[in-house]
Amino acid sequence: MTVVRISDDALALACGADAVAAVFAAAGWTVERVSSWGMHWLEPLAEVNGIGWGPVTPDRVAEIIEGKADDLCIGPIAAHPFITGQQRLTFARAGKTRPLSLEDYAATGGWTGLNRARGMSPAEVIEQVIASGLRGRGGAGFPAGIKWRTVAGAPGEQKYVVCNADEGDSGTFADRMLMEGDPFQLIEGMAIAAYAVGAGQGYIYVRSEYPHAIAKLRKAIDLAAGHIAPFAIEVRVGAGAYVCGEETSLLNSIEGKRGEVRAKPPLPALKGLFGCPTVVNNVLTLAAIPHILHEDGASLYDNLGIARSKGTMPIQLAGNIRHGGLYETAFGITLNRLIYEVGGGTQSGRPVKAVQVGGPLGAYIPPSQFDLPFDYEAYAAANALIGHGGVVVFDDSADMGAQARFAMEFCAAESCGKCTPCRIGSTRGVELIDRIRAGGKAGADAVEALPQMHNARKTGRTRAEEIALLEDLCETMKDASLCALGGFTPYPVLSALKHWPEDFGA
Amino acid sequence: MDTDRLHEILAAHAGCKGALLPILHDIQHAFGCIDAVAEAAVAKVLNLSRAEVHGVVSFYHDFTPEADPRPCIELCRAEACQARGVEALVPAATAAAGERVRIKPVYCLGLCSVGPVARHGELLHARLDEAALVKLVQTA
Repeated sequence: MTVVRISDDALALACGADAVAAVFAAAGWTVERVSSWGMHWLEPLAEVNGIGWGPVTPDRVAEIIEGKADDLCIGPIAAHPFITGQQRLTFARAGKTRPLSLEDYAATGGWTGLNRARGMSPAEVIEQVIASGLRGRGGAGFPAGIKWRTVAGAPGEQKYVVCNADEGDSGTFADRMLMEGDPFQLIEGMAIAAYAVGAGQGYIYVRSEYPHAIAKLRKAIDLAAGHIAPFAIEVRVGAGAYVCGEETSLLNSIEGKRGEVRAKPPLPALKGLFGCPTVVNNVLTLAAIPHILHEDGASLYDNLGIARSKGTMPIQLAGNIRHGGLYETAFGITLNRLIYEVGGGTQSGRPVKAVQVGGPLGAYIPPSQFDLPFDYEAYAAANALIGHGGVVVFDDSADMGAQARFAMEFCAAESCGKCTPCRIGSTRGVELIDRIRAGGKAGADAVEALPQMHNARKTGRTRAEEIALLEDLCETMKDASLCALGGFTPYPVLSALKHWPEDFGA
Repeated sequence: MDTDRLHEILAAHAGCKGALLPILHDIQHAFGCIDAVAEAAVAKVLNLSRAEVHGVVSFYHDFTPEADPRPCIELCRAEACQARGVEALVPAATAAAGERVRIKPVYCLGLCSVGPVARHGELLHARLDEAALVKLVQTA
């Protein structure tokens, strides 16, 4: 029998996978729809007996059926350097299993972690997670096991496990790939968390921009209901608000409120969803759990990575990069390796100008710092952040002044409005960057010139004075915002200003 | 607004904890908008003030007070697509759209390695160049 395996991941579909699959089917072949290997420049990727062809277009299928199309053939997929260079734990099944097949899941070690966890006491499960060194993959990097211990110890009849799948950062898609490609692993991770902390109900909050992930998760939850009972999971859909990726705003959104950030304390671990103790973890955090609960899984995880960043990180190579996709590897890898050796440089062939790591709130990093190891503390020390592991590459045509302006504009559009530095600072930031790029400000504007504006300055400002003002504003946003949206927007702005002053009209 | 349909939606979520967003999604999907009549009906069923419901409706980008019957192309304008040149395609797409098609900027569809990307209804389109995007707009 002739079988071809083609991904049904949203990215493969966007690249035309359905049309390719239809031609194979019309030729009498069995088409297995599997998860994506994560080699996005090759999608749609067709796999026949382990050999890959990509990117395939419908008119090339006839040649592949004859074993030709050598220009598209990449040989054995599993031996491709992009795959062999990785240490895939969370994405171990990527490309290999049918996302909604319980049979495939069980055959590849599925439910082993949950079954082993159920043989231990909840406290022992939490000890395993603490021992693994796993830190929250959503961006903050808080030790997952410590959070669980807090929830387990919190008084309360009802507790919740909430999965944050509001993956709004540009340049990130690992949550989406995991939910679409291996939804049972996330469900298993949530069930283990629920067992450990004593929760009866779980929610997965997915952004509305991910309809494919939502559909797959809902089907997977139905299929897996028997495996995780009495724990139950419900999918909740976001409504286009970026700020709902912030955990307290997300909880408000599930409760049916405006996605406004809550002041902390109280921590969600003590007073979270509907006022009850709640574990809020990112998709990648929860999906790493089943592996950690395998025999020796915790110590294996702890042995990977560097310093206090343990285990693997699914890094997402995006933007202007030739070989974009999902690259899961132990912490410690440098941007040089990621961008040049793994990613093959820019898609456009022009020199790399900047890389934004960690989404819209991450710093722009210049090539002179590409030897920075991928590690929470090393990035923090360099005034940057890992965030959710998205790496967006820009070539030398990028205007970093415009990117800095965009960061402030995005913050203004997406601010929840709860705190002043973010709500107003972001708008003032856009104006300031415009004035800096225009070379300063000639005189007082119409409002400032009004006689009742006693404190307003009546003279113009030089470019240097405007820059000092922007830096001061960023300082205020960093220190006084309630959450990371206002607090981290200064990172892309200040890093762009520091490394590319020429793009601000200098 | 079809009040029977509206009440069907409201009834379908009875007993659900934190039902407001799921209800609003269903109303938006069914009617293309959430108007004052719908807000009042939702408020009554959930024992909220209309102001509270309106506060939620107006907070989220997905909910709109008026329906827009035009075909809609969602074009990603976030950083990764910017790095892959989406901004250069915007003038041609806007010109092709005219008044007939709505081009809605979205911030990330999660296809950041194969941009520029767009969505029309359920269908996603990747690796767009100017010709492909203009064609997508014209056939929308």
